[in-house]
Amino acid sequence: MSKKSLFTFFVTVLMIAGLLAGCAGNAAPEEQAATGKIKVFGAFATPIEEPWDGVVHDALLKAQEDGLIEYTFTEDIGYTGDMERVLREVAEQQKPDLIVGDAFVNEEAVRRAAAAYPEIPFVFGSELGPVTPNLAVFDNWIHEPAYLSGMIAGGLTKSNTIGVVAAVPIPEVNRLVNAFIAGAKETNPEVTVLVSFINSFFDPATAKEQALAHISAGADVLFAERAGVIEAAAEKGVFVFSNMSDQNAIAPEWVVTGPVWNMTPTIEYVIAQVKAGTFTAMDLKDFSMYALGGATLADFHGNDAKVPAEILDAVKAKEEAIKSGMFRVPIDEAQPGAVN
Amino acid sequence: MGDFIVDIIAATLRIATPLIFATLGELFCERAGILNLGIEGTMFFGAFSGFTAASLSGSLWVGVLTALVGGMLSGWLMSLLSVRLGVNQHVSGLGITLLMTALALFGFRVIFGESRVLPSITPFSQLSIFPNSPVLGEIFSQYTLTYIAIALIPIVWWVVFRTNFGLNLRSVGDNPEATDAAGINVYRLRTIALVIGGALMGVGGAFLSVAQLGSFTFGIVAGRGWVCIALIIFANWHPVKVLWGALLFGSVQALQSRLQLTGIKLPYELFMALPYVVTILALTLAGRNASYPAALLKPYKRE
Repeated sequence: MSKKSLFTFFVTVLMIAGLLAGCAGNAAPEEQAATGKIKVFGAFATPIEEPWDGVVHDALLKAQEDGLIEYTFTEDIGYTGDMERVLREVAEQQKPDLIVGDAFVNEEAVRRAAAAYPEIPFVFGSELGPVTPNLAVFDNWIHEPAYLSGMIAGGLTKSNTIGVVAAVPIPEVNRLVNAFIAGAKETNPEVTVLVSFINSFFDPATAKEQALAHISAGADVLFAERAGVIEAAAEKGVFVFSNMSDQNAIAPEWVVTGPVWNMTPTIEYVIAQVKAGTFTAMDLKDFSMYALGGATLADFHGNDAKVPAEILDAVKAKEEAIKSGMFRVPIDEAQPGAVN
Repeated sequence: MGDFIVDIIAATLRIATPLIFATLGELFCERAGILNLGIEGTMFFGAFSGFTAASLSGSLWVGVLTALVGGMLSGWLMSLLSVRLGVNQHVSGLGITLLMTALALFGFRVIFGESRVLPSITPFSQLSIFPNSPVLGEIFSQYTLTYIAIALIPIVWWVVFRTNFGLNLRSVGDNPEATDAAGINVYRLRTIALVIGGALMGVGGAFLSVAQLGSFTFGIVAGRGWVCIALIIFANWHPVKVLWGALLFGSVQALQSRLQLTGIKLPYELFMALPYVVTILALTLAGRNASYPAALLKPYKRE
């Protein structure tokens, strides 16, 4: 693994060098005063092809298209110490009105940079809390649609075995998987949910092998917490639930639906706050949940016809209960066992 | 139980395929005296170029061929640095990995844009050799590239140990001065070895994108190149042992993914670490008798 981290380090250094060279001279500080747009900078640890960062990036792009912001970003900052430098340089030179990004592994660096520039609002993806006066946090709180997906999965399985292939047992992964399991148990108390981890955020070939192992073990419905699982489901012809964004296009016949995260409610709320001068360091969790449109089920693309009608009715009723606040999906961040 | 074992053997062959290709590629490089740490990036570039060509042309075999050429290009670049210029092989190899990784990601974004849904193709389907046998039919229902990988083992063995080229290759990796004195162009031979090696690494990477997944994403190689660097030492630079090494790693990987689902009350990390632990153990045992190509890591400069 040391070779890998060394490699990551070199990649990071090279890419940062390239990006900084590319960004030089882009700053035009006086421009936005005339247009009334606020200047937003995105700071991402991974390439924006990464699904989590991709959702945040998409919401910022949408805000730019809507004429709300002027958006620049740096991606692939990595986890080897560059985050704090990038944030400090941006804060000094571009002086953005708002910085959005993902903290997680760079948690301490982001918090140091935020403390050093208390006049700039920082809005970061994080598992930890907000810091007054200027660090607000968010995360993908999509356990509610994960629960609904689980309900459908429970109704679809004939073998009473469902397989989940997940990345690494961190809280944000665990609460999705646990909610999915709880949902499946609600519609099908007999169901067994198998869970395995690939110990990596990106290794689709291993995820696919893991998914094939689930199918061999009798699973006839899968939850693709990670990329690679849908491919296995399509190959073997079993139903599968996607994650994070609508992945139906990969296997239109087999991807039923799945939790979708939408960052636009969060971003629009923060932009309004910044414009009004009322930015508050808070946990923005609610804006990534069902009631405010931050979490939804993906479009069925016609596959709802394959789901038993009574299950669909139950899901719709549960969806309404969640929206109206009458049902709260339990948040369980403990590591799920292998057999549930 | 029988099904369980058949299932594991079939998975083992799938997991081992990219490792066989790339480790055989590394074998050519190292037998010629060049440690090619560009392997990870070359596989990644192979996965990218193979997928892209398959996607644009509509032919999976055009994809494989393009990955082969892409890998050759990467091997040739490595030869410019490590053979012609005599740059430190660790540095030039890591440099090639950085370059090919970045080129692939850049090319991917230029060609396919920033879609949230990965562009995909219909990958190779598995080819059943014994469709009527329940056991052999299941095991030998594999991708064509898997059969090619296995067929390459005796071919590479023959090339390395039974041909003139193989003799020169081995001698240039052990004693380039003597080889040069015998009238053989050391630079040219090492360049050819790196180009062949790169081609095999590229195809190994393309297996992931055009056979196993039908899509390309960053992180698709996920350190498999580094595993091959360990496997080549385990194999003592012998093609047949490359097969055993790749199958050993593949079988433990296939086993662990099934053990995770049995509900044995052990941390999953233990299962995930198993293939690496076994590889390290095997390497420790086999590595004691490792006989490195004597000129490995030494740039050759003609006096």
